[in-house]
Amino acid sequence: MTTAATDTLSATEGEILRVAPREDLFSRAMRSGRVVWGGGIILVIALASVLTLFFTLNESSALYYDRQNAELARVAPKAWPPQAWYGYDNLGRSIFARCLLGGTISMGVGTAAATISVVLGVIVGLIAGYRGGWIDSVLMRSVDVLYGLPYILLVILFKIAFERPLNELFGNAQAANLVVLFSAIGLVSWLTMARVVRGQVLSIRSMPYIEACRSMGLPQGRIFTRHVLPNLIGPITVYATLTVPSAILQESFLSFLGVGINPPLPSWGSLAAEGVGQLSPIRFYWWMLIFPCMLLVVTLLSLNYMGDGLRDIFDPKREAAKL
Amino acid sequence: MLQMALWRIAQFPLILAVIYLLTFTLAWVAPGNPFANEKNMDPTVIANLEKRFHARSAGEFLWHYPKNIVLHGDFGPSMQYREWSVNDIIFASLPVSVALGIFAVAIATFVGVGVGTLAAVKRGGFLDWTSLSIALIGISLPSFVTAALLLMFAAKTKIVPAGGWGSVSSAILPAIALSLLPMAYIVRLTRVSMLDVLGSDFVRTARAKGLSRSIVVWKHCLRNAFLPVLSYLGPAAAFAMTGSFVVEKVFNIPGLGQHFVNSVLNRDRTLILGVVLVYSVFLLTFNLLVDIAYAWVDPRIDVTARKE
Repeated sequence: MTTAATDTLSATEGEILRVAPREDLFSRAMRSGRVVWGGGIILVIALASVLTLFFTLNESSALYYDRQNAELARVAPKAWPPQAWYGYDNLGRSIFARCLLGGTISMGVGTAAATISVVLGVIVGLIAGYRGGWIDSVLMRSVDVLYGLPYILLVILFKIAFERPLNELFGNAQAANLVVLFSAIGLVSWLTMARVVRGQVLSIRSMPYIEACRSMGLPQGRIFTRHVLPNLIGPITVYATLTVPSAILQESFLSFLGVGINPPLPSWGSLAAEGVGQLSPIRFYWWMLIFPCMLLVVTLLSLNYMGDGLRDIFDPKREAAKL
Repeated sequence: MLQMALWRIAQFPLILAVIYLLTFTLAWVAPGNPFANEKNMDPTVIANLEKRFHARSAGEFLWHYPKNIVLHGDFGPSMQYREWSVNDIIFASLPVSVALGIFAVAIATFVGVGVGTLAAVKRGGFLDWTSLSIALIGISLPSFVTAALLLMFAAKTKIVPAGGWGSVSSAILPAIALSLLPMAYIVRLTRVSMLDVLGSDFVRTARAKGLSRSIVVWKHCLRNAFLPVLSYLGPAAAFAMTGSFVVEKVFNIPGLGQHFVNSVLNRDRTLILGVVLVYSVFLLTFNLLVDIAYAWVDPRIDVTARKE
């Protein structure tokens, strides 16, 4: 997949015509409209959230996420100043600022959890696919069993079990909360990646060129790093891109249920929960609900869109459920 | 097939034991004592409570709990709601969650298969593009967002009740909210497998022999294209059961979801274990039924053959 498909036709001696362009992964990815649009939107949202961190975490800034002001409670959005763009919540805090910081936290936790699950899934998949035999059966059987567990419950239990020890370890309650949250989500999300990697390793191992390498005497380590691993990067990238939105979704679920990010730190899920909490038939403060939900949906949509585009590039003949 | 079913049922106790041990470890490692949550209690009272719950030590609980279940079918009293037993709590709320889940999966299947088939038949048309967009949005929209929006809609227009439980109409909105994600997957699955089947030779033969398009698609192709959807129903049921927590919270439905979360927050260990075990049994049974149905629907499938 990473070999250059350069076709050279020598028309005359000394004159080489390039017929087909060099097909490397990045340029292929950039040609796909889905990747460009999806990735572009994600980039905009991520940059906006991260670059304003200086303001949202700064207590003296107008965009401070916890700047409570009783007079501004539940005020509707206005065109100016910027912190009024999304209106204010029950305590007079700027929802715009909270959405920005919430974006950093939600996307950060989602990405960290996805990283953990990718690393774990790749390791398990590699071992299962490469060693085969009883290790493979045991690992895959445990994956099957773990698939049947109620993951939300395990995440909540894990979080409750390890939050206080981590708090004592770090000395910082918020850091402990974030670490335990993305660890818990990551630890329950690695199953699909393990299956995909194992399937890919098995199919690569049975290829003739690997057999040729072995018969030429290439050491196992060399075969692994030069032939197996480069061909794994494609599917791993794709499923990593698809794991991030599912991790963000799980974090928002947990925050919605009240067992995710601890207040006053915002996350899109907890902001949505606050918005739902004040729904009443008498008066509906739509800005408290609509903006976090909209940001969440747009982010997830773009990530899924981009993941779909990448999947069509790298794995067009996939047999694993064409979802 | 009977052999496969029996072999799978024989594996239940092993899987349940693993689940029990895992949950037990996590539940007991979690700091916090369910009996010491309220005001300062007399040490003798705490000792008596611990004796009643066989919770003097983790080891004692580990042994007594499954013994109780296997011998008496009793999940023990709830540590948080002292007058209630876990049996009562679970059996009061389980039917609600199950009904909601079945309703949601049914909606997802019927609508999803319909839309997916139409999208495949009229390929490249407007319906095709719409169905794929709906599928993408369904995957990206968290169920609490959909539930909240539906709740707003219900509160404003008052067509259907917006919450509570008791009549069939109060189950419509929560079921719709819960069904969107499985529906998205089912639409995609049906569309792809239907496209595969529509290119088969037997379809060409049937049309050449004069059968109408509707009969060919809905009577013959659908049966073949349905198989991937059938095998997806297992994970769909799992999702319906866990996703119902959020929906139940938004619509105020007295299902099992609230007990799931509250039991963990209250460190109510008997309730946690009861809920997890019931949930796992449900899931394992449902997956087994789906596998049996899969083998039964397609006689060409040989389930006794060992997979690679």
